[in-house]
Amino acid sequence: MTNKAPLLFQDQGLLQLRERVDELLREARSQGASAAEAGIGIEGGLSVTARLGEVETIENHKSQSLGVTVYFGRRKGTASSTDLSSKAIRETVTSACTIAGYATEDPHAGLPEPDQLATEFPDLDLNHAWDLGVDEAIELAVECEDSARHYHSDITNSEGAGVDTHQGMRVLANSLGFNHGYISTRHSLSCSVLGQRGNSMQRDYWYTVSRDSRDLESARRVGEKAAERTLGRLGARTLSTRQCPVIYTAECASGLIGHFIGAIRGGNLYRKSSFMLDCLGKQVFPEFIRIHEQPLLSKALGSSNYDSEGVRCRTRDIVSEGVLNGYVLSSYSARKLGMQTTGNAGGVHNLMVEPAGGSQAQLLQQMGAGLLITELIGQGVNTVTGDYSRGAAGYWVEDGEIAFPVEEITVAGNLRDMYRNIVAIGSDMDVRGNIRVGSVFIEDMTVAGG
Amino acid sequence: MISENSLALARDLIMSPTGLANQDIDRVMAELLSAPLDDADIYFQSSRCESWVLEDGIIKEGSHSIEQGAGVRGVSGEKTGFAYSDDIELNPLLDAARNVTRIARSGSRGTLAPVTSRSRAILYRPIDPLQSIPDSEKVSLLNRIDRETRKLDARIEQVIVSLVGVHDVVLVVGQDGRQAGDVRPLVRLNVSVIVEQNGKRERGSAGGGARTDYRYFTDEDRALEYGREAVRQALVNLDAVAAPAGNMVVVLGPGWPGILLHEAIGHGLEGDFNRKGTSAFSGRIGERVAGDLCTVVDDGSLPERRGSLNIDDEGVMTQNTVLIENGILKGYMQDKLNARLMGVQPTGNGRRESYAHLPMPRMTNTYMLPGPHDPEEILQSVDKGLFARNFGGGQVDITSGKFVFSASEAYLIEKGKITRPVKGATLIGNGPDVLTRVSMVGNDLEFDSGVGTCGKDGQSVPVGVGQPTLKIDGLTVGGTSV
Ligand SMILES: [Zn+2]
Repeated sequence: MTNKAPLLFQDQGLLQLRERVDELLREARSQGASAAEAGIGIEGGLSVTARLGEVETIENHKSQSLGVTVYFGRRKGTASSTDLSSKAIRETVTSACTIAGYATEDPHAGLPEPDQLATEFPDLDLNHAWDLGVDEAIELAVECEDSARHYHSDITNSEGAGVDTHQGMRVLANSLGFNHGYISTRHSLSCSVLGQRGNSMQRDYWYTVSRDSRDLESARRVGEKAAERTLGRLGARTLSTRQCPVIYTAECASGLIGHFIGAIRGGNLYRKSSFMLDCLGKQVFPEFIRIHEQPLLSKALGSSNYDSEGVRCRTRDIVSEGVLNGYVLSSYSARKLGMQTTGNAGGVHNLMVEPAGGSQAQLLQQMGAGLLITELIGQGVNTVTGDYSRGAAGYWVEDGEIAFPVEEITVAGNLRDMYRNIVAIGSDMDVRGNIRVGSVFIEDMTVAGG
Repeated sequence: MISENSLALARDLIMSPTGLANQDIDRVMAELLSAPLDDADIYFQSSRCESWVLEDGIIKEGSHSIEQGAGVRGVSGEKTGFAYSDDIELNPLLDAARNVTRIARSGSRGTLAPVTSRSRAILYRPIDPLQSIPDSEKVSLLNRIDRETRKLDARIEQVIVSLVGVHDVVLVVGQDGRQAGDVRPLVRLNVSVIVEQNGKRERGSAGGGARTDYRYFTDEDRALEYGREAVRQALVNLDAVAAPAGNMVVVLGPGWPGILLHEAIGHGLEGDFNRKGTSAFSGRIGERVAGDLCTVVDDGSLPERRGSLNIDDEGVMTQNTVLIENGILKGYMQDKLNARLMGVQPTGNGRRESYAHLPMPRMTNTYMLPGPHDPEEILQSVDKGLFARNFGGGQVDITSGKFVFSASEAYLIEKGKITRPVKGATLIGNGPDVLTRVSMVGNDLEFDSGVGTCGKDGQSVPVGVGQPTLKIDGLTVGGTSV
C-alpha cells in the first residue's frame, strides 16, 4: 500500500484560514465587541507503533479548532469550538460575548499595545512535510524496536517503538489589523524497552524529535540508546540518606531551568506566588551563567516570530553574568506589574543556557563522588517558596566514574540555593525541547533513601 | 434505568444537530467490518465546558468551549487501527473507517463474547450543569467565596477561585450495531490563597466536585468550606520547618492521601501493562502484595462521584472490582481489548480522554476498605515519624514499581503526638511491597473531595481515591533535614 500521511498543507490553505479568522473578527464586531482576538488551527498526522516486531497501532490524526477572545471595553470573554462552520463561528462569538457581559472591568485587560505587534515575518524554516507512507512508518518503527530488542540478551520485553509525523497550520488575528499564520511540522521517533536481570526489572526509553525528518537520529540509534539506558538501570539499589553533590543530565536539567522560568513569569509575579519576587537586577545564578532566548532560530522546535498575542518575540539575555535582566511577560502581566510585554504570552521560545565547564565526563571527574540524576518523577516543587523535593533515579559516581545505578531516592533543596550553587553547565546540550541546556552540576543537595 | 433514557438522550443530543441517521452509522460500521476485524466501534462525543475565574476580587476570565467528533476503531488480534473526525458527517466517517481497516491484514474474525446487558439505576442525573443555575448566580457565588474567604485572616494576600462545569455526552456503537449512551455532568470548584507573614509567603488550595450541578457547592456551604480549608493549609505551612530526610514510619490521613493507592498499585494493576508483562505486578495474581488488613477496590459505580461512569467509553457497565483482598492480589482492571487477549471479562475500565484518543484500561474510584483501628490509636502507636494529611500529585514507574507522591501538609509525630508542621516533601516507595508494610488501618474511610485527574500516555481522565488512616512502617521521606 502507498497510503501517505493524510494531510499536506499548502500556502493556499493558509490564505483561506486567514480569511476565516477575519470572519471571526467581523462577527465579534457585529455582536458589539470593541476589540477581539481570534485564532484557528488545523493539524493532521500519522502515528504508528510497533511492538515485538509487529505493528500495534495505526492512528490517523486530523483536528481543528477555533478560539476567540472579545473585549467590551475592559471586560473580557473567551470561547472555542472544534466546529469551524459559519454557524459555529456565530455561536462561539455569542458565547464569548455572553461571558464578557458577566466579567468585571479589569483596567489591565485588552489587546497588546499596537507598537508591540510583530511586523517582520522572516521564514523560520519550520515546515518540512514528511512524505511517509504507513508501510514505511511501520518498517521504521519495527527497525527501531528491533535494534533495541536485539541489543543485548538482558533486554527481555518491550513497550514498543513509535513513529509520529504531524503538520499544523495556525493563524492568529486581532482587531488591530494583525493577521498572520504559518505552517509547521514536527516528527519524532521513540522507543521503550524492558530489561531483566535476576529480580530487577527496568524500563527506559529514548526519543528524537525534529521539524525535518532528515534531522532525526536514525531508528537504529534511537533503539540502541533506549536499550543502553535500560541496561544501565538493571540492578539499581537505594542510597543511604546523605548530603552530596549532584549532576542533572541534560534531559533532567531542562526541568530545573523550567522551574526558574516559571518563577519569573508575570502571572506568578503579580500574584506574588513566586520565589523570585523582587529579584530583577540581582545575582540569582553564579557569575558564569548566561541564559538567553533565541526565538528566531531556523528549524528549531520553539521558534516563532510572534507570541500567542501577536507580539514580536525578542532575542534577549534573560540572565547575564548570573544577574536577572528581565521577566517573562505577556501584555496583561506586564501591565499588572507596570512594565512592558517581553513577547512571552504563551511562554519562552528556544531558551538557551550557555555551556560553562566542559563535557559531562569532565563534570563527573570534577565532582568525584556524588549522584548523577537521569530521571525525576513526581511534582514536589513549591513555586511560592522554591522548596524542591522530587523522586529520582540515576547513578552513584565514585572517582569521577559511574559506580552503580540507584533508585527509590529523593533529591531535595531550595531552588534559590540550588541555582546559586551551580558549579558548571555541561556542553552536552539537549536540543529536543524548548529549553536547551547541558548537564548541570550542583554543589550540594539532600539525598534521602532507604 | 441506565439504558433507554440515557441512550435516547445521548442520541438526541449528539445526532439531532448533525443530521446523521442510523443507516449512516450502519454504513460506517459495514465499511469497518468489510475487513476481517475482531472488534470495531464508533465513539460519538459532544462535550461543552465552561470555566469562570475570580482573581484580585474581580471576575477576570470566563471561557466556553465545544468539542465534538467521532472516533472510529478497528481491532485485529493485538493490533488497533484508529481515526477520528471533528465533523460528525457521513463522508469523513467513511474515510476514517477506510483508514482504520488497513490494520486488518492478518485479522481473524474473532468470537467476541457479547458484553452482558444488565441494568441498574443511573449513578448521576443526565443534566447539563452549565444550565443548572443562571450565569449571574455563578458570578455571585464566586464573589461571595472571595469576600468570605478574605474575611478569615488579615494575612491573606490573594484569593483565586475557579469554577468549571462540563456537559459531556457520549454514544458508543459496537460492532453488532448495539448502541450505548451516557450523559455525564461534572462540576469542580477550587479556591487557592496566598498568605504573607513577615515577608514569608505560602499557598493553600482546596476544592471539590462531583457529577451533578452547581448547587452542589452551595449545599452545606461546601464552597465556603473550601475557602476555610485553603486558608488553614496556607497558615499551617507558614510555620513549617524543614522536613526530615530518610526512611521512617509514615501515617497517612484519610481521603485524598489515597493517591498512594492510585500510584503505588493502581497503575500497576491496569490490564494493558499486565497483558504485556511490563508491570511490576505482572503474573502475580494470588500472591501476597499487602498486609492482611488491606482490601483495595476500584469502583466506577459510586453515585455522583467524579471518577464514576454509568458505562465506560466502550459501552461496558462500570462495576466494583476487587484488586486486593486481605492482602492477596485478586485482579486487574480491564478494557475490552486486554480482557479478550487475557481471556477474562472486561471490568468497565475502558476509558479515553475524548473521541480523538484510543481507549485503554484506566482507574475510576480507587480506594481501600476501612480497618479495625481508631485513628487516634494509630498516631499514639508511633514514637517518631511523619503524619501526612494532604498531598499534591504523584507518579509511578510501573516497571520498576517505584512511585512518588508529594505531601503538601505534613507534621512530625513525636511520642504518639503530632508536634510541628513540616514543609512539603516527596515520599518514595516500591509499589509491590509498600502495602506489605501497612501495620494499622483506620476505621475512618473517607473519599477525596472530587478533585483528581489522572494522566496516562498523554490522556487525562477524572478519577477518585479514598482510604482510611494508614500506618506504614517504613517509607522514604524526601525532606532536607538529615
Ligand atoms: Zn494516574
